[in-house]
Amino acid sequence: MSGTAAPFEVRGLTVAYAERPVLWDVTWAAPPGLTAIVGPNGAGKSTLIRAALGLIPTLSGSAHFFGRPLAEVRNRVGYLPQRASVDWDFPATALDVVCMARYPRMSWWGRVPRRERDAARAALAEVGLADFAERQIGRLSGGQQQRVFLARALAQDADLYLMDEPFAAVDAATEQAIVAVLRRLTETGRSVVAVHHDLSTVPDYFAQVLLLNGRAIAAGTVQDAFTPETIAATYGGRLNLLEHASVTAGARG
Amino acid sequence: MTLGYNTIVVLAGCALLGLAAGTVGSFALLRGRALVADAVGHAALPGVVLAALLVATLGHDPRALPPLLAGAAVAGLLGVLAVQALARTRRIREDAAIAIVLSSFYALGVALLSYVQTLPEAAQAGLNKFILGQAAAMRAEDAFWAGAVALLALLLCLLLFQRLRAACFDPDFARVAGLDTQRTDLALLALIVTVTVAGLQAVGLVLIVALLVLPAATARLLTFRLPRLLLFSALIGAFAGAAGAAASAVEPDLPTGAAVVLAGAACFTLALLFSPDRGMVPEAVRRAGRRLDAAQEHFLRAAWEAQEAAGAGPGTAGDRWTPIAALAAARGWGEGRAWWIARWLAVRDLVALSERQVHLTPRGAAAARRAVRAHRAVEHHLLALGAADTAGADRLADMVEHGLTPEAASRLLPEPSALPASPHALGGKP
Amino acid sequence: MTAADILRLDLPALTAAVLACATCGLLGSFLVLRRESLLGDALSHAVLPGIIGGFALTGARAGLPMLAGALVAALAATALITLVRRAARIESGAATGAVFTTFFALGLVLMEVTGARSVDLDLDCVLFGQLETIVWLEATGWSSLLDPAALATLPRQLHLLAGVALVVVLTVALLWRPLHLLCFDPDYAAAIGLPARRLELVLNLLIAAAAVAAFEAVGSILVVAMLVCPAAVLRLLTDDYRRQVLGGALLGGALGAVGYALAGPVPAMLGSGVALNAAGVIGTLGGVLVAAAALLRPRGPRVAAG
Repeated sequence: MSGTAAPFEVRGLTVAYAERPVLWDVTWAAPPGLTAIVGPNGAGKSTLIRAALGLIPTLSGSAHFFGRPLAEVRNRVGYLPQRASVDWDFPATALDVVCMARYPRMSWWGRVPRRERDAARAALAEVGLADFAERQIGRLSGGQQQRVFLARALAQDADLYLMDEPFAAVDAATEQAIVAVLRRLTETGRSVVAVHHDLSTVPDYFAQVLLLNGRAIAAGTVQDAFTPETIAATYGGRLNLLEHASVTAGARG
Repeated sequence: MTLGYNTIVVLAGCALLGLAAGTVGSFALLRGRALVADAVGHAALPGVVLAALLVATLGHDPRALPPLLAGAAVAGLLGVLAVQALARTRRIREDAAIAIVLSSFYALGVALLSYVQTLPEAAQAGLNKFILGQAAAMRAEDAFWAGAVALLALLLCLLLFQRLRAACFDPDFARVAGLDTQRTDLALLALIVTVTVAGLQAVGLVLIVALLVLPAATARLLTFRLPRLLLFSALIGAFAGAAGAAASAVEPDLPTGAAVVLAGAACFTLALLFSPDRGMVPEAVRRAGRRLDAAQEHFLRAAWEAQEAAGAGPGTAGDRWTPIAALAAARGWGEGRAWWIARWLAVRDLVALSERQVHLTPRGAAAARRAVRAHRAVEHHLLALGAADTAGADRLADMVEHGLTPEAASRLLPEPSALPASPHALGGKP
Repeated sequence: MTAADILRLDLPALTAAVLACATCGLLGSFLVLRRESLLGDALSHAVLPGIIGGFALTGARAGLPMLAGALVAALAATALITLVRRAARIESGAATGAVFTTFFALGLVLMEVTGARSVDLDLDCVLFGQLETIVWLEATGWSSLLDPAALATLPRQLHLLAGVALVVVLTVALLWRPLHLLCFDPDYAAAIGLPARRLELVLNLLIAAAAVAAFEAVGSILVVAMLVCPAAVLRLLTDDYRRQVLGGALLGGALGAVGYALAGPVPAMLGSGVALNAAGVIGTLGGVLVAAAALLRPRGPRVAAG
């Protein structure tokens, strides 16, 4: 690897749920900057991110961050999971949730150090929720909840952020606020890879794009790779004949 | 064991109970309500104790079953309602609500029981047997009562079959279609209470939930079709109930509930291991078979391509032996593994084997040609779709080609005779 | 009632009740927050064959072999629940129900087969608990509390309970933050590098250990009440994590003390001959408290439905 390794790279990543192929041999490197992963439902967008982070098992392939395996550079990688998997009645304030991002930097017990608490407050302010720090998360609106989780990712103070549908189910104002945060991140030299489902906003929000449908269909700058042809290939031209094939057990031979 | 009249009646009653529990349990499982039976069973204890107390105070025989069962039913219903009320706070989830209700109702029963046992007129009611069940102590009339209640539940279940099926299969659709799923759910809960209460004396309130869950879970492993699922579940339940009663007749100290559960658990374990469609053993065998098939095809294809790379085809003048080591290197296999596959293929008369070299037999050559064809068909298809590079297409094709149906393969590559050239250089694996 | 009577009969049982309920109350919050209350139900039942096995192998009702057996049984049960859920593709509640009833039934049969039942570990202990049998016969007066020789004869149930309580408190304190994150968002915990799977395992083992230690005091089934009721009450009353977890322990301890007092000593003081099963009264109180909290809880404005 050269000195300027890509922030995020997968090689030959193949994932199957109970023999049903979801990701097929995806080899792709995300350049620095703002990158969208787009594709139809079930194309494996979230799976790509979750598999790269080691949250689900892979059949084959590897993921590298800044040219190294995840375990070596964990504190350089931030993660914004898909919304709604948590219990919104959980006894935690917005500030508590954001503090969680700093847990790997603290001892496992005792009070949260002032420095870490301040960092969490700064992240909340960054997404415009400074006044809601002590609010229980269930008492925030949907858009505010999403921004709390964005703040949590920001509080990781990472160089690369993997975001799973950051714009899912938020109102237009929140969407603009999130976009502004993403732009500020890239202006300070961070990279963002976001799963995105709204094709119409891709050219406005992102510089780079990966079109994914089981396989990597096309990748590159939005001008080059986000064309009617590649979109048609991603959303229309599915692997018709192969989609019912199963992964054979001897595949890794 | 002498099969006296009493024993036969009890056996029949328990079998009928199992039949009903298996049927109701299937719907409960499909609707995700199986553990409600656990709450109902435990919640019945204070009802039983209070009923015994009341009957004894009024001067009647506290051992008479009907008032005890009525008390159990009322308490069980209260338990179900308590679960729903707690779950409605949203702060407490249904699972926590079930745990709270079953444990605190049971605790109330335990406290009441410790009080009742100090009273001479109620002490001999033998209420302890309701906790773990004691079929051997059942009288024929008890068995008749239990059987009658179970039969009632069974009939109701069959009467409501269409409603229950709709509510279990797709509750949202049922609601849209104008069916009152809330009422159906209520009916299902009532059925669960009825069956649980019927089983109290024979199986006991601690383990009655198993008689609803285990047969249904077993049947789900055996079939996907609802009528058949109900039938299997009912039969397994009947078997478990009868086995429990028989065990209790042979060994009266043994808690009948335990015997019933273990009989059901044995059925479940057998199905989990050996069910043709979903059992773990057939699944492992199928997996191993597919693995072997894939390895065979890969080996044959490697042998074919080794010939091709040397500029000769099987059956042509340049046809020659290939070292197994070379094939192993081409596939990225260990040599030992390649050797075992070669031995297996030699047994099947697909290759000839001599001094660590192989040669495709005519049958082997035909099979190899089919494998090569499928592989290249997939490779070319993938490349035609645009994205994968040749190495990726090769790897991908390795994975899917064995899963392809012949129809799919022939659609990918229409002319039966054509054997396209490999899109990449043959030889060592990247 | 003399000091010696209190020390011999009430103090050991009261201590056992408080220790058992406080330990369970502390762990219960994690179960409720992780939406795995039924796992508490399952583990408290599933440890039975392990307890009987440990008992049968050593032939004595000693704490450690029973604890070891119970932990093995708990691990086996959790592994089997996962296996059944995946292989049979049924919802986790049903898988849990199928596995723990089988384990419990196995324990009952083992009890019969090994003869454990006739010796010492009887069915009543499993079903109702035996707080009343925890006695300190060597106590002669208040001075016994300072006498090492007399203290050494404290009932062994108390040793086990105190040991488990200590381990649980220390572990929860040490793993305070990882447990918080694990309860809230296990995926995120794994993504930022916390050993989520191992933490889950530790939590399950702690719960199994608490279930065994409390088993002799309150029985298999009532452990569930101790685990879930205090945590559920706090769940209804507070939005603060620290209060939820520590309050659960405090409330559990208080429930144990009050329940024990209401079952025997208080009626006796009032001159009534009624003595109720203490574990039953504690569990009933727990349920009453949950009901009261559900009816009286403060209802703040909810902006989002989640």
